[in-house]
Amino acid sequence: MTDAKKPKKEIKPVKNPMPAQDPLVRAKNFNEVATGYTMETVIDEAKRCLQCKKEPCRQGCPVEVDIPAFIGLVAEGNFAGAISKIKEKNALPAVCGRVCPQEAQCEKYCTLGKKHDSVGIGRIERFCADWELSTGVKVPEVAPPTGKRVAIVGSGPGGLTCAADLAKLGHQVTMFEALHVAGGVLMYGIPEFRLPKAVVQAEVDNLRKIGVQIEVNSVVGKFTTVDALMEEEGFDAVYIGTGAGLPYFMNIPGENACGVYSANEFLTRTNLMKAYQFPDYDTPIKLGKKVAVLGGGNVAMDSARTALRLGAEESWIVYRRSHEELPARKEEAEHAEEEGVKFALLTSPTEIIQNEDGWVTGMKCLKYELGEPDDSGRRRPVPIEGSEFLMDIDTVVVAIGQGPNPLVPRTTKGLELTKRGNIVADEKAATSKPGVYAGGDVVTGAATVILAMGAGRTAANSIHEYLSSK
Amino acid sequence: MFKILEKRVFSPIIKELVVDAPKVAKSCKAGQFIILRIQEEGERIPLTIADYDREKGTITIVFQEVGKSTTQLGQMEVGDYLKDFVGPLGEPSHIEKFDGTVVVVGGGVGIAPVHPIARDLKEAGNHVIGIIGSRSGDLLFWEDKMRAACSELLVTTDDGSYVRKGFVTDVMKEIIEAKGKENIPMVLAIGPQPMMRAVCNLTKDYGIKTIVSLNATMVDGTGMCGCCRVSIAGSTKFVCVDGPEFDGHDVDWLELGRRGGIFRDKEQQAMEHHECKCGSGCGGAK
Ligand SMILES: Cc1cc2nc3c(=O)[nH]c(=O)nc-3n(C[C@H](O)[C@H](O)[C@H](O)COP(=O)(O)OP(=O)(O)OC[C@H]3O[C@@H](n4cnc5c(N)ncnc54)[C@H](O)[C@@H]3O)c2cc1C
Ligand SMILES: Cc1cc2nc3c(=O)[nH]c(=O)nc-3n(C[C@H](O)[C@H](O)[C@H](O)COP(=O)(O)OP(=O)(O)OC[C@H]3O[C@@H](n4cnc5c(N)ncnc54)[C@H](O)[C@@H]3O)c2cc1C
Ligand code: SF4
Ligand code: FES
Repeated sequence: MTDAKKPKKEIKPVKNPMPAQDPLVRAKNFNEVATGYTMETVIDEAKRCLQCKKEPCRQGCPVEVDIPAFIGLVAEGNFAGAISKIKEKNALPAVCGRVCPQEAQCEKYCTLGKKHDSVGIGRIERFCADWELSTGVKVPEVAPPTGKRVAIVGSGPGGLTCAADLAKLGHQVTMFEALHVAGGVLMYGIPEFRLPKAVVQAEVDNLRKIGVQIEVNSVVGKFTTVDALMEEEGFDAVYIGTGAGLPYFMNIPGENACGVYSANEFLTRTNLMKAYQFPDYDTPIKLGKKVAVLGGGNVAMDSARTALRLGAEESWIVYRRSHEELPARKEEAEHAEEEGVKFALLTSPTEIIQNEDGWVTGMKCLKYELGEPDDSGRRRPVPIEGSEFLMDIDTVVVAIGQGPNPLVPRTTKGLELTKRGNIVADEKAATSKPGVYAGGDVVTGAATVILAMGAGRTAANSIHEYLSSK
Repeated sequence: MFKILEKRVFSPIIKELVVDAPKVAKSCKAGQFIILRIQEEGERIPLTIADYDREKGTITIVFQEVGKSTTQLGQMEVGDYLKDFVGPLGEPSHIEKFDGTVVVVGGGVGIAPVHPIARDLKEAGNHVIGIIGSRSGDLLFWEDKMRAACSELLVTTDDGSYVRKGFVTDVMKEIIEAKGKENIPMVLAIGPQPMMRAVCNLTKDYGIKTIVSLNATMVDGTGMCGCCRVSIAGSTKFVCVDGPEFDGHDVDWLELGRRGGIFRDKEQQAMEHHECKCGSGCGGAK
């Protein structure tokens, strides 16, 4: 059939809405907010796709998933075909379908989006992945053993992907993780209500099934070093994916007061240590009635929404630019707003006030306005003179960003680093040290799951090439 | 899972466990610590490495029961398993041959972490005077091990029920006066915060460099959460990666004390919630 003869398709202008828990109900529980498309809706949504020859969506995808192809399969009801199409490029679709910033990637370029809503690509992807999880994931075939050993340091999305790809190629893979569970930020940072831990655990369990040895409670740089792994323990190559786990603070007075948390501490206590189930779980968290979260990214949204769920009466996002510049996924900012998170925009703190016992009682802030665009292309926030005011809050969560954890970079000989301490790696994920590859947030600085996943995959290919030539 | 191989009970609240942890034992050094989790619902608690055996692959910890987790740990027996045990964490103690006499002070349960440091200092060729003290004689432990680790050992109790009456600072003042402050290049003190602070106040007057080991509240112990932050000479440091040892004269003790109390009411709640599952009818954690 040629294009000319194709009957003109009737286009539904609106994306099928994502079923979700009622905002006021979900603001009080930790269950997943978005409950997922049904089989009818996913097919309906897939049928909105125009199957564009130029595949603009695919070019917007950092790992170039063949989006029109998998959506076409979904439209036919062929979910098994769709998921294997996705997995050709994306090793963690159940995760990415939930947390990718689609509005800035594939969906941003979708042809349909020019006039109407774009196709709900992320939602369709998530459905396929969940469908596969519920029907039981096939254990992939593993190539015959090559006799080569690879160490993966850090079990975030980059490490998980690199480990899976190398294991399938027949290499013997050992993954070292500092914490007591594998999964990286997906486990300790992103909350249960956005990414259920069972979804991540399923991915980790799949790794075990293909023979990856996972050693938790293993801080590389402490019990051993990258050099020792290669020289003494017999590893032929190493992938470093230790992420951006070092929390930044504002460096304003009062930041060490009682009641000030880094977002990492706040979220780790809640997610990883399950403080929301205290005292059935031993780890406590303590917050007052009015919580201020500093920052405007996903980490800030997650913290503000977590604060509500832990019982805060007021939860504020305090961000120095305007709504438009919020770096968070659009859906997260919307969900936060629906749940009752308040926004103090064009505002930034100058001092945290504490009482005589050292507890937070308020925060001095300045109002900002937007000036000329800065290096990032966003308009630079400029403080308004004399605009100082006191915010009445009693808990502060600092979510202004994270840097690379220095434990591995500092203890690895001959590893080139940037000024900020990130590991330098080329487009093939190779570092300055032979046999050592790196990817994800430790290379790029805090970024996204899909970019870390892509880097893990690139590194796996490079490592395979390196080992095959050795 | 990490098996408990030996257990010693020094007093109703101070206990020693030897744990099978070859990975930690292989590379640990004096002054470092571990973080353990008893079970799936457990919190991550830091404890200093009090001794190790590289060949057997074991780590020795000594702890005082102060709340839910340490009390539960005290109820565990030989053959039981700990869910998680990670280390070595933190920076090792700085060991060198000093010019003069080194004084190491261990107060209460702090005697245990001082032990491997004293041993290494002596092995490095130092003359090491050890001072250990506790509230009363029945709470004192490891006198023999400390005697072996130090060149000289002095013992004191707050109530005078063993050897002599007095605080460790009283003994230390006598030593400084006898030896002369210029002959003591370094003091190391580990114990309860008030004790470390008292030692620092004393040595400050004499101008003697004093190292302390800080027990800030922690979660991950790898520099990821910032829970353990302290102010050292006006700048923020993370105890788990920059420490745990710092120059005691630079520590903001008031802030450290306040931050240590953040979860106090929750800790009490955890204690009340804790019911012993040992089956012996011991009544749990009281
Ligand atoms: C709260 C929060 C929300 C986010 N939301 C989103 C979102 O919605 N969408 C999105 O795309 N991205 C989001 N991100 C960013 C995304 O999670 C990260 O970009 C991604 O996880 C980086 O992956 P990674 O492979 O570099 O490793 P990470 O996920 O950072 O994991 C690194 C792992 O290495 C371990 N490690 C560190 N040092 C050592 C060592 N010395 N030895 C052994 N192990 C070590 C760490 O414990 C950790 O488990 C969010 C991040 C946070 C914190
Ligand atoms: C690096 C490091 C090394 C340590 N080494 C040892 C050791 O070798 N032996 C040992 O007995 N303890 C040690 N501690 C202290 C130990 O970690 C705590 O006693 C333990 O976490 C308390 O847990 P819990 O649930 O039993 O008590 P919680 O219920 O958490 O607390 C009960 C009481 O103890 C106080 N407390 C809580 N945490 C600490 C702490 N970190 N330091 C001091 N007081 C605290 C609380 O304020 C409260 O009053 C160390 C701490 C650190 C940071
Ligand atoms: S751009 Fe949109 S409509 Fe076109 S193929 Fe991709 S998803 Fe379908
Ligand atoms: S315990 Fe988390 S940074 Fe030190």
